[in-house]
Amino acid sequence: MLQDRDRIFTNLYGFHDPFLKGAQSRGDWDRTKEFLANGQEWIIEQVKESGMRGRGGAGFPTGMKWSFMPKEVGERPHYLVVNADEGEPGTCKDRDIMRFDPHKLVEGCLIGSFAIRAHTCYIYIRGEFYREAEALQRAIDEAYEAGFIGKNACGSGWDFDLYIHRGMGAYICGEETALINSIEGKKGQPRLKPPFPAGVGVFGCPTTVNNVESIAAVPTILRRGASWFADLGRPKNSGTKLFCISGHVNKPCNVEEEMGISLRELIDKHAGGVRGGWDNLLAVIPGGSSVPMLPKSICDSVLMDFDSLREVQSGLGTAAVIVMDKSTDLVRAITRLSKFYTHESCGQCTPCREGTGWMWRVMERMSQGKAAVEEIDMLFDVSKQIEGHTICALGDAAAWPIQGLIRHFRPEMEARLLSGAPQSRAAE
Amino acid sequence: MSSHAPDPNVPEPASFAFTEANMAEAAKVIAKYPQGRQRSAVMPLLDLAQRQEGWLSRTAMDYVADMLSLAPIRVYEVATFYTMYRLRPTGKHHIELCTNISCWLRGSDDVKRAAEDVFGVPFGSSNDDVTLEEVECAGACVNAPVVAYKDDYYEDLTYDTAKALFQAMKDGKPLKPGSQIGRQGACPEGGPTTLRGTA
Repeated sequence: MLQDRDRIFTNLYGFHDPFLKGAQSRGDWDRTKEFLANGQEWIIEQVKESGMRGRGGAGFPTGMKWSFMPKEVGERPHYLVVNADEGEPGTCKDRDIMRFDPHKLVEGCLIGSFAIRAHTCYIYIRGEFYREAEALQRAIDEAYEAGFIGKNACGSGWDFDLYIHRGMGAYICGEETALINSIEGKKGQPRLKPPFPAGVGVFGCPTTVNNVESIAAVPTILRRGASWFADLGRPKNSGTKLFCISGHVNKPCNVEEEMGISLRELIDKHAGGVRGGWDNLLAVIPGGSSVPMLPKSICDSVLMDFDSLREVQSGLGTAAVIVMDKSTDLVRAITRLSKFYTHESCGQCTPCREGTGWMWRVMERMSQGKAAVEEIDMLFDVSKQIEGHTICALGDAAAWPIQGLIRHFRPEMEARLLSGAPQSRAAE
Repeated sequence: MSSHAPDPNVPEPASFAFTEANMAEAAKVIAKYPQGRQRSAVMPLLDLAQRQEGWLSRTAMDYVADMLSLAPIRVYEVATFYTMYRLRPTGKHHIELCTNISCWLRGSDDVKRAAEDVFGVPFGSSNDDVTLEEVECAGACVNAPVVAYKDDYYEDLTYDTAKALFQAMKDGKPLKPGSQIGRQGACPEGGPTTLRGTA
């Protein structure tokens, strides 16, 4: 098990002072000037060597993303944008960073911006997180006051401004180009790529968009050394990760653990085990609502990292583990997710706008037992028509939960359709 | 996709203008963005208008459009896209309950029932007194089920604690935001399994 001394987010639960004094006692803002003095290339090299893959869901290596930014600043200024539009069902990790350890994020914003030669950074925080935005703003104000950011940040000679932009309730703004449009004061509809944000991003300028957890981990990686981070976890899946364990466990919680921990150990050690014991487990969605669910047989042995979960046709996503015990009506559960994607589709691409609603209506009938067995194949086929045929990944995200359900629980679905009534496994 | 529209039966206010304090705040907001990019301020300004009036009228949208030198449609399309803009007045108590998967698995149906029992109106309905609204994932999934009320989250609800919470809202009694079973943040109930040396 990961030792406390190797944990990054040491105030994850908010037992201590989240603000400047407390943050400095936890090591934040220590040697920041030194890191900046080492130069952009050094910082990017360190982050690359750490092997950190983006913590927002897609798992793209953070250091490599930074290296896509132009090496010289031309006429257009560079921007760092931090994605704090946390809304993937099951996920609530960035919230705790922002309310309990905000200085890790603020310091990370300075270092990350410097590394990509940006003087300005926007943090896009979802509108519902009003108190979290207040806490973060307080930390930003403190950092300005202390001279850590603003003109000549940390005495480095680098000028740096940091602003919060609050969203107003649109899941799609978690997609980086939708988020960029939203900062520009437009509807949050994703843009076609290319051009990629590193070429044309916010205000038409070179932009990097990173998740809160990725950015907040950077200062600690620099302080402890890239090899420290790289030695944790498994090859190509290095470091520590915040896991959110929700649903049918005895003690739902957030916890920072080593990448590659087994799913069972994660649930048993930190979340008090599955309600009714491990054998009462039915299925787990391992990485937020958008990734396909896994039946118990796979959960028994699967490891929690990008590549292990990809091998079993699922994904680490945001590492939001949603546990469902045998009392769960899985068809109902996935129907709820289908409703969510229908609600959140931005309406731009036809397969997603029409397809999410179509799938939801079919799922709704299936959950009531009012569909023909053949419709399962049709549903699977339509989900494949949506997947990969949209500008952004919301279409994929709407298709995958349904595909996961059909892949692993087809007999249960058929039984329901043949009997013509919803069934709950807990009924008997 | 979700789309929401103003209610044509609700009369528009005759005029709208920011208060002095909000005018100062608006200037601060606009200054966050580069020269010539004042359009970026449309979302925060609409939010400011909504907080001032309690809802977002077309009159207020036009005011914001004028302030930012935007065609009104540029503001309307933003206001109708983002679901946190209230295009019609809400009840005195605006209760938002997450019913997404993590909350549903932990009993958001019970919380729904508690809301209906206390306020005596069906979930999803709205009147001058109360608006009971279903919202999508609130992002507090390990503290499910969650209710949002006046910018605060109320977490770890059961039928009984939700009923007590709604009754207190109705009676105008002081509320205690956060976990209703007294746990700290997203720490496991009964104490942390990690960071114990520092907790």
